[in-house]
Amino acid sequence: MSNFTFLNPFAVLDEPGTYMGDFFSNNFAKKAQAGNVILNLGPQHPSTHGVLRVIVELYGEYVLRSEPILGYLHRSHEKMAEHKTAYGFLPNMGRVDYLNAIGWNWAYTAACEQLAGIEPPERAEYLRVIAAELNRIASHLVWWGAFVLDLGAFTPILYAFDDREWICDILQRVTGSRLTMNYFRFGGVGADGDDRFFSLIREFIPLMRERLKMYKALVTDNVILRRRLEGIGPMDADLCLRYGATGPLVRAAGVPRDVRKSVPYGIYDRFDYNIPVSPVNDNFGRYWVRMEEISESLKIVEQAVERIPPGKIIVDKAPKPAWKLPPGESVYSVEGARGEICVHVISDGGKSPYRVKLRAPGFSNLSVFAEAAQGTILADAIAILGSLDLVIPEIDR
Amino acid sequence: MEISGISILSLVTIIVACLLVIALMVVNALVMVYVERKGSGFIQRRPGPYEVGPWGTIQAACDAMKLLAKELFVPANVDFFLYFLAPVLAFLPVLALFIPIPFGPFLTTLKVPDGVVLILAFAGFGLLANLLAGYASNNKYGILGAGRAVSQGVAYEIPMILALLAVVFQTGSMNLSEIVEAQGSAPWRWNFLCQPIAFFIYLVTLVAETNRAPFDLPEGESELTAGFHTEYSGMGFALFFLAEYANMLLVSFVCATFFLGGYKGPILDGFWWTFIKAYAVMWFIVWIRWTFPRVRFDQLLNINWKWLLPLSILNLWITAVVIKIV
Repeated sequence: MSNFTFLNPFAVLDEPGTYMGDFFSNNFAKKAQAGNVILNLGPQHPSTHGVLRVIVELYGEYVLRSEPILGYLHRSHEKMAEHKTAYGFLPNMGRVDYLNAIGWNWAYTAACEQLAGIEPPERAEYLRVIAAELNRIASHLVWWGAFVLDLGAFTPILYAFDDREWICDILQRVTGSRLTMNYFRFGGVGADGDDRFFSLIREFIPLMRERLKMYKALVTDNVILRRRLEGIGPMDADLCLRYGATGPLVRAAGVPRDVRKSVPYGIYDRFDYNIPVSPVNDNFGRYWVRMEEISESLKIVEQAVERIPPGKIIVDKAPKPAWKLPPGESVYSVEGARGEICVHVISDGGKSPYRVKLRAPGFSNLSVFAEAAQGTILADAIAILGSLDLVIPEIDR
Repeated sequence: MEISGISILSLVTIIVACLLVIALMVVNALVMVYVERKGSGFIQRRPGPYEVGPWGTIQAACDAMKLLAKELFVPANVDFFLYFLAPVLAFLPVLALFIPIPFGPFLTTLKVPDGVVLILAFAGFGLLANLLAGYASNNKYGILGAGRAVSQGVAYEIPMILALLAVVFQTGSMNLSEIVEAQGSAPWRWNFLCQPIAFFIYLVTLVAETNRAPFDLPEGESELTAGFHTEYSGMGFALFFLAEYANMLLVSFVCATFFLGGYKGPILDGFWWTFIKAYAVMWFIVWIRWTFPRVRFDQLLNINWKWLLPLSILNLWITAVVIKIV
């Protein structure tokens, strides 16, 4: 019956016991100081981009405390892995993080290949790099648009999607899909790139470089944007490392950690590119790192398209759908768009893996938020949340 | 024959003019919704509405019909009287604001001697409506938006008044018709050239006063969902929407009157010049909305108290000194 009091329009909200919050908000409210407002941002809120819920304690407009609450988009991907064959679990990888499907493809495929001792052929390695870097650019473009949208500029997101359309068109030619891409196979990739695929990439690279110049002039150098970003939400290296944050967050904090350079996987050691490390660790640092990464990824794609050798794209006698993983375990890390993606596969030699652990970078990155947002204005807290580049399905898995 | 000092003829004129102004406000809202959507489409490199009617022209009317037909959802524990009063209060006072506006040489509802005072006095009602809407709707986003609306509105009214006062000093009259008459037909004889600082301050404050981006903090979509009108649906929302466009129209007309020579133009003076100028200002407001990010609230107040207010006082002082000397 107590649930009814909330719906009763004549109930007085301040009376104890009449307002029925859920466990999280009640628990959060216990520590609140008298007179402060507890505000529930989400699960449906324009700037949480998905179904993230953040409870904040406000004094005026200052955020005193905050607590992200997860699990609204939990789809039990890890449990699904225990019921599907190793091959059958491949399509799930495109759905863990809808913006960076190729990164997850790579982490899972490579973990299984490592366990089974399969070496993909040369051409497949190049195709993997091209797909992964293009996907990284697409992911950063969406982040850029959505982040600037959080700051109140409506137009850049449509420009970003305009460019992302190119990448979708390119990747569609090899992966067959535009969003939840399932491209990698054990021992290679699913399809070879045709002439149109490569000519589209060659067209796209100079176009994207021109667009980056325009983005800089239109958005990055805008005085309002600079004022909204510079000096807001500093996260030093200590904070990032304590919470296990990875990716652009930790590089903006001055730590040159990128799996592509520190533990080179695939053929990343053959390309000439830099890891952008920001001198400032505020919102603008994270913004700058991601924008630089787009141009660095373009460099890698350019080199890969030039050097790609002819040959097979998948090993002979590649694993069939009913393929069983050999017993043992393996861990594989790749650098996704949001940070370090790590997949831990344990197999007992049965039909399906015994356990698959997916380490999502967004999860660790989000845990930094509560500490970073403390004492900021609500609008800045939203900006910090946006600068973390969260994809909620990836966090909840 | 007179009723409390006003002749029957002018009373009829006022009533007819008020009806015309209501029609203007509604038509303007429809036109501006279309212009805004097509304009934003143009800026964002997409077609905008194109399905309903030729080039999507009936889209705005269809949206209005949808809002009329929508259910009015009233959340629990609202202050019923204030909740329903707020949208009406946002919309109705704008009507009175159009009374002193000289649309054309003969197209003026009433040549009010203190027209500036009338406009500035009634403009405050919109603020009150926003406050009541946020306060009455029993929503934390609403109350935050209402608080922002009040401090922003109060802050930006002062430099706005001071900017308009500089023109009033120069003309020596508070009558809007006389202010237009004091300006010449040629563009270089309009007030924006001899009062550039006042014109600039007015352009900034008119965006803030109408709660438009980049100063749309009372609505502040990314943090406050919809701010003070979060809990309004159907016609409640539509009235706020209508009031926003009516306010935009008003500040644009005031801008045209004070700074851009009103109904005077290079060729053939007439009401068409007022409308051309006002809609040019409106397009300016639309343009910056789709280009700039939103400022933060403390930055917004800093711009006002630290820059615009001293600048407008300085401008007023300079104007006074120059008038004394010349």
